Amino acid sequence: MVPLSTLTPELARTLPGPSWLVERRVAAAAALERRALPSTDEEVWRYSRIADLELDDFAPVTGPVPSLPDAAVLPAGARAALDAVPERAAAVVVVDGAVVHVEHGDELRAGGVTVGRLAGAGAGAEALGAVTGEPADLFVAHNDAGTRDPVLIDVPAGTAVAGPVVVVSWVTADAVEVNDRLVVRVGEAAEVTVLDWQGSDDVSALCLPVVELDVAAAAHLRYLSVQERGPQVWQIASQVSRVGRDATLVSVQAALGGSYARCRADCRLVGRGATGNLSAIYFGERDQMLDFRTFQEHVAPDTTSNLLFKGAVSDTSQSVYTGLIKVDKAARGTNAFQTNRNLKLSDGAWAESVPNLEIENNDVRCSHASTVGPVDDDQRFYLESRGVPPEVAERLIVLGFFREVLDQFPVPQVAPLLRDRIDARLGRRARQEQES
Amino acid sequence: MSAPSELRIEGLRAAVKGRQILQGIDLTVRSGEVHAVMGPNGSGKSTLSHVLMGKPGYEITGGRALLDGVDLLALAPWERSRAGLFLAMQYPIEVPGVALVDVLEASFAAMGHDASLVPSSVRAEAERIGFDDKLLGRALNVDLSGGEKKRNETVQLAVLRPRIAILDELDSGLDVDALRACARRIESMTQADGLGVLAITHYSRLLTELKPDVVHILAKGRIQRTGGPELAEELERTGYADYVDEEPAAEPAKARVLDPSAHPAASGAAFGDAFADPFADPLA
Ligand SMILES: Nc1ncnc2c1ncn2[C@@H]1O[C@H](COP(=O)(O)OP(=O)(O)OP(=O)(O)O)[C@@H](O)[C@H]1O
Ligand SMILES: [Mg+2]
Repeated sequence: MVPLSTLTPELARTLPGPSWLVERRVAAAAALERRALPSTDEEVWRYSRIADLELDDFAPVTGPVPSLPDAAVLPAGARAALDAVPERAAAVVVVDGAVVHVEHGDELRAGGVTVGRLAGAGAGAEALGAVTGEPADLFVAHNDAGTRDPVLIDVPAGTAVAGPVVVVSWVTADAVEVNDRLVVRVGEAAEVTVLDWQGSDDVSALCLPVVELDVAAAAHLRYLSVQERGPQVWQIASQVSRVGRDATLVSVQAALGGSYARCRADCRLVGRGATGNLSAIYFGERDQMLDFRTFQEHVAPDTTSNLLFKGAVSDTSQSVYTGLIKVDKAARGTNAFQTNRNLKLSDGAWAESVPNLEIENNDVRCSHASTVGPVDDDQRFYLESRGVPPEVAERLIVLGFFREVLDQFPVPQVAPLLRDRIDARLGRRARQEQES
Repeated sequence: MSAPSELRIEGLRAAVKGRQILQGIDLTVRSGEVHAVMGPNGSGKSTLSHVLMGKPGYEITGGRALLDGVDLLALAPWERSRAGLFLAMQYPIEVPGVALVDVLEASFAAMGHDASLVPSSVRAEAERIGFDDKLLGRALNVDLSGGEKKRNETVQLAVLRPRIAILDELDSGLDVDALRACARRIESMTQADGLGVLAITHYSRLLTELKPDVVHILAKGRIQRTGGPELAEELERTGYADYVDEEPAAEPAKARVLDPSAHPAASGAAFGDAFADPFADPLA
């Protein structure tokens, strides 16, 4: 048997934390030895670049985690991400897999809200892995074995947290594997907004983040992730959510970074009347590949899921969207909608879109729609006829295309930042075209 | 008022998907003039407006269009706008997520005008024609009623202040009051700014508001007749029977234009059908 990577039980044993966490990691690392790299023969990996991955090129980050407060200066990018949301309720900064900075107001603490290291939190052992359950793939299993310093946001029942909780995870090391873990637990009828900002220096790293979103009955969780890894980073992310009775999850992703960046999102509507609103914007450039797999799982009756993923691909970049709406036998009265729209901005760019339904109950309303195409000629002509040069017209139309999702950002002040990032990419594109 | 302008259309011929629609249009519109173009459905009125504005998908097979001596057909659509041409479309396009003000600011910026003037100008022009402020905040034409779209077009026309405006059925969808308000605004531009207007319409209603100097009847891709306002009244009574024959219009071979400059490749115009060779012998 050839080990897939250096993430062995021996290595797992050296990672910091209480013994329950160490034992959990060691067991997960031992289980890893029975797993193989996925292949594109599997539907969920079809079109992906998984065959290009050399796990051996990346060593899991090890070593002790700093005691807090840590005097070290935050990486500039992480600092900028924090500064983008000055009116935050709380914040955690994770650098190379270790928590280095926690802001947590006394008022929140008094209210029983946990924001910070999962390892030291009373509820940590029970919370970790509660939503993911059996790892969905090799990379979630890697995270189980290698997560260095997981983060917990725990909001007790009936508590509404005013202002967003910001988690910034940043990578500065080269040739490392980083297994960030974020667990968000929202108690009954509680409410919280979480911004999960994932960035890096320009390093070559493998990021395998796992996010668990546990939304109890009648609770509201608004979650926004911004994926802005550096251009060489490989990211294979998993987001798993469990939504209880009459609870609502709003999950929005904005994905711009990475060389190959994938996110698998599993949204399980397990309580009657649960709602999951999932949306995303993504913009590929250069030879990036942005890869999304979604699963809307209707387990309980009268559940609603709404999915809207909108992306653009330019240069020779590629995007993949495959989505499954799965309605269990018991899930009568399901409403499930899935829309994926893609703008293909260059001849060399490529977008794949594969919606799927699997329905075991007749009493459901489901729809799916998917499109891949260039900027609409009539729209472009309309703007040009008003005196707008073609490259500006295209920028306006593409930004307008994304607005539908930007307007729904759970942390509204982040929307203009993302809009500017996309605008900058469009501007760079226009300049390149002018030069050639 | 700036120096008078002139849109001169000479022998303009155009095809769509290999089919000749415009068979040689001659028409001149000068500053301050209002020309009405009337004609049966499918006669080529919108095609004329699209070809003048440079909409992709049309093949110019002959003739010219000059705005103050500038060859419009050689320009990209936005350059035609910059040259002073405006088209109020029969079916304004919906552009999701794009705000009117952003478009007009981009236009002002491209023309070297002060874009900061746009928001107040838009507000003032909307108020002048009784267009609800709230609708201005919506994405362009998205969820607007037919009449609201036409008012939106009128606001843009008034903010952009072109030299020549083509109005393609501006009246369709407008209620009586809106029609009057839009027509008044346009009329005042003809008087105060010397705007020249080419108004395509089916109804004399617009013309009683807009008071055209000249009425043209366009049928079968040609201007069949030109007269004064009384021509519109005559059409109300007689219809177009005199101008359309039962036979489908066959293209006369002698009307082929063998001027190399008219070749779409020479004008740089995009043409949809690569096999539609304007120099091919139609009888071969
Ligand atoms: N893109 C196209 N493809 C095929 N045929 C077209 C296209 N555009 C226009 N035509 C045809 O060209 C002819 C002229 O159309 P046009 O829209 O110019 O008519 P119109 O005079 O504006 O009619 P209406 O009064 O109904 O608005 C019609 O027969 C129409 O079907
Ligand atoms: Mg028409």
